[in-house]
Amino acid sequence: MNRVLLTRLFDLVVVLFGVSVIVFLMIRLIPGDAVAIMLGANTEITPERMAELNRRVGLDRPVIEQYLVWAGAALRGDFGTSLWTGRPVAGEILIHLWPTLELTFLALLIGAVLSVPVGCLMAQTRGGAADVAMRVGAIAGLTIPSFWLGIVMIIVLASIAPGFASLGYVPFSEDPLGNLQRMLLPSIALALPILANLSRLVRSAMLDALGQDYVRTARAKGLSERRVVYKHALRNALIPFLTSVGIMTGYLLGGAIVVEQVFAIPGLGRLILGAIAERNYPLIQATILVVTAGFVLVNFLVDMLYMLVDPRVRA
Amino acid sequence: MIWSRLRRNKLLTFALVLVAIQLILAVGAPWIAPYDPMAQSVARRLRGPTMLNWLGTDQLGRDVLTRILYGYRTSLIACVIAVGVALFAGGTLGLVSAYYRGWLDRIVMRLMDVLFAFPVMLLAIGIIAVLGPHTYSAAAAIAVVYTPIFARLLRGPALVLCESEYVAGAKAIGASDSRIIFMHILPNLASVILVQTSLLLSAAILVEASLSFLGLGTQPPTPSLGLMLSEGRNFLLLSPWSAIFAGFGILFLSFGFNLLGDALRDTLDPRLRGQS
Repeated sequence: MNRVLLTRLFDLVVVLFGVSVIVFLMIRLIPGDAVAIMLGANTEITPERMAELNRRVGLDRPVIEQYLVWAGAALRGDFGTSLWTGRPVAGEILIHLWPTLELTFLALLIGAVLSVPVGCLMAQTRGGAADVAMRVGAIAGLTIPSFWLGIVMIIVLASIAPGFASLGYVPFSEDPLGNLQRMLLPSIALALPILANLSRLVRSAMLDALGQDYVRTARAKGLSERRVVYKHALRNALIPFLTSVGIMTGYLLGGAIVVEQVFAIPGLGRLILGAIAERNYPLIQATILVVTAGFVLVNFLVDMLYMLVDPRVRA
Repeated sequence: MIWSRLRRNKLLTFALVLVAIQLILAVGAPWIAPYDPMAQSVARRLRGPTMLNWLGTDQLGRDVLTRILYGYRTSLIACVIAVGVALFAGGTLGLVSAYYRGWLDRIVMRLMDVLFAFPVMLLAIGIIAVLGPHTYSAAAAIAVVYTPIFARLLRGPALVLCESEYVAGAKAIGASDSRIIFMHILPNLASVILVQTSLLLSAAILVEASLSFLGLGTQPPTPSLGLMLSEGRNFLLLSPWSAIFAGFGILFLSFGFNLLGDALRDTLDPRLRGQS
């Protein structure tokens, strides 16, 4: 157990280190002089201005020193100040993180909760036309562009319920109902591919579990079909389900960035697109680093939980 | 043998036909499309479907059907290049590290783990931030993002094949390493590659459309499905047609390849054959 944990921890540190190196190198890979690009077309590029910015970003020092300074500060939660607004980058990220996290969480909740009954239903009604229909339906759900689904839902809703506020964002602490009302459509749009993916997974895991000996035993004991399906088979089917939910988070974060744009939600998508438009590379770097590190840590924790829940993984 | 299997598997046949039609539409766009994709018409702006413009016109009076056909072209070119590069790079890395094992394997796979750790869209956005928004930047981003997927996917089965007797036999008769890797091991992975390429193409189409939608992929005035959606979004109340049909275009394209991958997996994977 301890050995497994140590190996995992070592892997975690290696991956996080690698991620930080890639994010750090990003800014150095920009073709041409990054500093000249950052100054942009609006200001006159003078040697003094270039040197000033060089010093601010720290580009006048050796690469390894630059990395160590940058990574050290990042570990302390200090990502420097935004090039244009002068405010701390960490604060900017924090402000924009909440709407995205809420959207991701709600979509995951909708997708995961609905996928269990849908998947069980799919597993129970097998064979023939129903099977094909479900398979095709699941693939269609998987390949619907979330941002398009969002747009279509806005159009439809605007014509049937013109008063329903579906755009923008209000913090949950200020107006819980208004917050959920505005989050409803984007979370559904984002949840559909997750729902399709997870219910397909539940279906095949359930079919797997229903063929096992212990299910036959449960049936032989005379348990009701409902009890057999939901109590015995489902519990075992949920194990691969949990891992997928962890991996889905990454997909959802990416999807959320796009869906946010459709619904005018001021989340990470707005932050990072704005940063790209104004060539605010330190902000882009910090955002990618923070979100990726968070994603890696969440998956690590899911793995650890897994070891606690499933004795087979521990061995 | 292939044909009899095709006849029995209606889903695979359907998927193949769907993908073939879309490929023909994309390749043949210059001959099939009714209009010039760049031709603007101030008089015919933001129209719904008519006899002249089957799917309506966009905000500049350009024919939506024509723009979708050319959009297929842009999207497919970008995605085929991206997935092709990822397959080549990731496949080579996966096979070579499975064959040689040891420190090479460890270093390569750790590197793949690191790339795999990034959320797909985020890494893609980061790469585009470096390269600047363009169709080929989006393709490069997708290629980088999918490389570790192919490497991981092929390394597993390749490890098993490396232990097989025929690889030992090939070594015994003095075949070179590259010959064993590419002539003996690679052909046995054909079905895995075929299935995964199809599925990843489907996903790549969605990623490319998302990036273009965000303004990070294909730039105007080049026809692109994602771009049509973001441009059409500004005119939703006046005329939603351009956005709606562009979305259907993305959906059909991605759906076709996903269904193909799914049906291929059923047909090619002997363990699943016979199950429904």
